[in-house]
Amino acid sequence: MKKEITLKINGEEFTKEVEPRTLLVHFIREDIGMTGTHIGCDTSSCGACTILIDGKSAKSCTILAVQAAGKEITTVEGIATTEGVHPIQEGFKENHGLHCGFCTPGMMLRAIELLEKNPDPTEEEIRWGISGNLCRCTGYNNIVKSIIYAGAKLRGDELPSTEPVFVE
Amino acid sequence: MIPSPFDYTAPSSLDEALKLLHDLGDDAKILAGGHSLIPMMKLRFAEPEHLIDLNNIPGLSYLKIEGGMLKIGAMTREVETEESAEVAVHFPIFADVAKLIADPQVRNFGTLGGNLAHGDAANDQPAVMLALDASVEIAGLDGRRTVGIDDFFYGFYSTAVQEGEILTEILIPIPSGRSGNAYHKVERKVGDYATGGVAVHLEMDEQGICTKAGIGLTNVNPTPLRAVRSEAALVGTSLDNGAISSAAQFASEDCNPSSDLRGDIDYKRHIIRAVTKKMINKAKQRAFKN
Repeated sequence: MKKEITLKINGEEFTKEVEPRTLLVHFIREDIGMTGTHIGCDTSSCGACTILIDGKSAKSCTILAVQAAGKEITTVEGIATTEGVHPIQEGFKENHGLHCGFCTPGMMLRAIELLEKNPDPTEEEIRWGISGNLCRCTGYNNIVKSIIYAGAKLRGDELPSTEPVFVE
Repeated sequence: MIPSPFDYTAPSSLDEALKLLHDLGDDAKILAGGHSLIPMMKLRFAEPEHLIDLNNIPGLSYLKIEGGMLKIGAMTREVETEESAEVAVHFPIFADVAKLIADPQVRNFGTLGGNLAHGDAANDQPAVMLALDASVEIAGLDGRRTVGIDDFFYGFYSTAVQEGEILTEILIPIPSGRSGNAYHKVERKVGDYATGGVAVHLEMDEQGICTKAGIGLTNVNPTPLRAVRSEAALVGTSLDNGAISSAAQFASEDCNPSSDLRGDIDYKRHIIRAVTKKMINKAKQRAFKN
């Protein structure tokens, strides 16, 4: 039996009827039509489907759409403003934080919560912080750099160098 | 992967949830954090006809110290135990264990009550609860009862929480004297289930003699396992190297691992021996730091 749910996605309110078994990621992609949130492993391992629910990073493949009733959801479509891209987007752009880009929306949403809780994380804290997000291209170094950059930008500190790091 | 169809209710009180659970019988499953249940439903290992979601019931999520007990509401998220400074005073083990449970997104939703009620010996919190000598409050339509952790795990996915009942609270005695605790598991990759894990809690008197020892083992037995002989090997000693080695040896002998993708039986026994030793030492160090 379908249930009617009302929730906010990126500030906009939606009311829809859904089957209880509809996963939140399918709801966002197929019912709402926002395809920036990706489906990777579909087993809550890879983090490509990461979104924010009331500010908390969540794997939307492991949450039912009905559970999101009354919540505020943020997806990658909602992080830029009229002022420009979000500092985390700028970080990924400036530091070549993506290759194929498939993991990037999830990485960025996860990084936003990480930086909110811990505005000046160490490299180790970042690596633990994104341990639920898999990237199969980059080897993570530039993702970590991107998050460090975004942290500095959000704190208003001097921005770190975006030059590539060569390992001897 | 999409679960098979089911009906869904999110009651706003525990009484309502219990009545619904009573009426629906074993066609219904309780939804807490959902990060064990929903994956199983997606794989259709679980096909409940009705989900009763506890997330809209106020008053089931809290951490408080009361009457010599740390009381944890069943719907408290793993991340809350991980980050609580109040909990860390006596139980740094919670930061150890939470950090090793899946990943931050999962810990934002996974609950302590769900972790235990799921009854999976591969979960990490059960071993910690054994080490800390926890008890669990279970509510039914007839009232509430408290079950000691040693009587809680019945078997594979089976616990003392019976049909029509809901786990509501976890109670952990606050140690009186000098104490320390620690958890670690060996895992193939971050977020994996344990190849083997060990939780240790120690209490000592002023002379440094061990008065109480709790040791729980993860994923090396059909149910979460208390290492009884290891505990006995520590109590009454000054936690010298000889006692620690015996305790580690007993744990490796008394566990019952099975051979699987994570390793063969000998390897897992070796891990249990090594990690038991390490965690006793870490708990001891923490006790002397306090």
